Amino acid sequence: MMYLKRLNKPFFLLLASVTVLASCERPPVETTQGGYRGTGMVDVQNPRLAKTVEVPDAQPPVPAVGPTAGEIYQNVQVLGDLSVAEFTRTMAAVTEWVSPDEGCNYCHNPANLASDDIYTKVVSRRMFQMTRDINSNWTDHVAQTGVTCYTCHGGQPVPENIWFKDHSEAGASRFAGNRNGQNIAAESVGYTSMVGDPLSNTIASTDVSNVRVLGTNYGPSPDDGATIQDTEAVYGLMLHMSGALGVNCTYCHNSRSFGTWTGSTPQRVTAWHGLNMVRDLNESYLIPLGPEYPENRLGPAGDAPKASCATCHGGLAKPLNGAAMAEAYPGLKPR
Amino acid sequence: MATYQNLFTQIQVDGELQKGVPVKGIWGSRSGKPFLSYWMGLIGDAQIGPIYLGTLGVASLICGFIAIEIIGLNMWASVGWDPVEFVRQLPWLALEPPSPEYGLSIPPLNEGGWWLMAGFFLTSSILLWWLRMYRRARALGMGTHVAWAFAAAIWLYLVLGFIRPILMGSWGEAVPFGIFPHLDWTAAFSIRYGNLFYNPFHMLSIAFLYGSAVLFAMHGATILASDAYGSHREVEQITDRGTASERSMLFWRWTMGFNATMESIHRWGWWFAVLCPLTGGIGILITGTVVDNWYAWGLDHGLVPPYPDANSVPDPASGGGG
Repeated sequence: MMYLKRLNKPFFLLLASVTVLASCERPPVETTQGGYRGTGMVDVQNPRLAKTVEVPDAQPPVPAVGPTAGEIYQNVQVLGDLSVAEFTRTMAAVTEWVSPDEGCNYCHNPANLASDDIYTKVVSRRMFQMTRDINSNWTDHVAQTGVTCYTCHGGQPVPENIWFKDHSEAGASRFAGNRNGQNIAAESVGYTSMVGDPLSNTIASTDVSNVRVLGTNYGPSPDDGATIQDTEAVYGLMLHMSGALGVNCTYCHNSRSFGTWTGSTPQRVTAWHGLNMVRDLNESYLIPLGPEYPENRLGPAGDAPKASCATCHGGLAKPLNGAAMAEAYPGLKPR
Repeated sequence: MATYQNLFTQIQVDGELQKGVPVKGIWGSRSGKPFLSYWMGLIGDAQIGPIYLGTLGVASLICGFIAIEIIGLNMWASVGWDPVEFVRQLPWLALEPPSPEYGLSIPPLNEGGWWLMAGFFLTSSILLWWLRMYRRARALGMGTHVAWAFAAAIWLYLVLGFIRPILMGSWGEAVPFGIFPHLDWTAAFSIRYGNLFYNPFHMLSIAFLYGSAVLFAMHGATILASDAYGSHREVEQITDRGTASERSMLFWRWTMGFNATMESIHRWGWWFAVLCPLTGGIGILITGTVVDNWYAWGLDHGLVPPYPDANSVPDPASGGGG
């Protein structure tokens, strides 16, 4: 007994400290003050966790002369006004960005390149339209940097950070154990017990479009004031954004009142446009593509793959650390 | 090892077991043969029993058992009756209150009905236990200070789960039963109502909470430190001040210029502890019912200090940022 006591005490202490410390990041972290002193407006980054990103070099430039792709090729619906050389260059870039191993035939029928037989060609046409829409109409969010296929795809046919509706409660007992979509350890909300699928309600479509939960006056809220459940859903969305961008709350928000714009950082305005953008992309492009996909590309609830902040950002405050890849491709960034 | 720094009781009395003071009437009867436990003796009195449960105690335990069963079985059902998942996810699991659309009506069992039922039995259990505490104190001819201190905690519990939801017109405002879920509720509650730190009653509650801990540490340390002079006989020293009291009081006069007495320190401790949930309950009660945004309230009442907003941005939704 005494022997066990002497052996176990240090052992358990060691085990406990290892368990506790294993979930920590090794200090020191770098903090950058971003607001008035004493208000806790700091950006916290751990230099050991900083991600480096390698982006493919741009394809060699080609002169924009000669007949257009629309004149020479059949069934060119989006990039028709590019020169044939620029069109071919763009196709080569897309292959490198999306299907480097699979090649042209991932989308094209080799017997007839113009055919829409393969679903990926229909999807990628819509993706070209989406990319052009983002780069020309959402500059409030993507600025002049813009996006390319590589921003989300990163050299893979299916982007890493897509999401589907939470289907884990399907078939659950109707008598007891209703989780209300929350109360399970979910990575999507930073392992809190908040609504585990914060994106369905807040950025899948515009049906619950308002993420503002705070009253602007201090008097009692009107009957349509946000409920605690609404608040938790928005909280979950914010945890998603924090994880998707690798930043803490005060990257955007002032530390005293998260709802107040006074004292918030310019990044919050960019993020606000981003929320509107990703909502619009899901609603206008990604969700309507559902019928085009084969079953194995759909989620467990049969829904189309959708975008979130993480789809482009992938844990970085600026996707690809701000690499301006779109600049070199007039087909992606119509002027 | 220094005796007075030890966490565990240093002296265990081993002798004839005590039956307790005589109490008149059937309400005083205790049952069971008492025995000594060395391990319990390390943290308190070594004697266990005889026990008194009585009608109120039994009723309270039954209600409490039912409440825990409803909560626990719902948690287990929420992971599809998987025992491993139940243990693994336990800190995350919860029994949720009804959704806001049900208002104050009684929803189907799986839509919050179980929550209402669990709340009813848990509240019954707590109130019955309060009555039992009150009556046991009376039976022993004691004051009812413990019961009233417990009542202060019950006040906060009732505000959170019963009184405020009724004033707000929705059971959905109440707290879920669950470990992390009730903490996340707390965080969301503060965010929703504009940062609870600007709620003056929240401030008072925190002051009394931390104050209780400080007072308890000061008192415990003082008594242990002068134990060699007989300070453990605190109550006798209220009226017959001995050298332990003299030394302790002089110590505090020297170190902070003022000292409590053997009597007043206990009044300080009791009031600090009671005021913590009392003021906290007021703070919760007026949140959402009277004040919707504590930050806005603080701005209006000179509570929020003005800072130069170097990086202030306009609200894009108001047309300021396009």
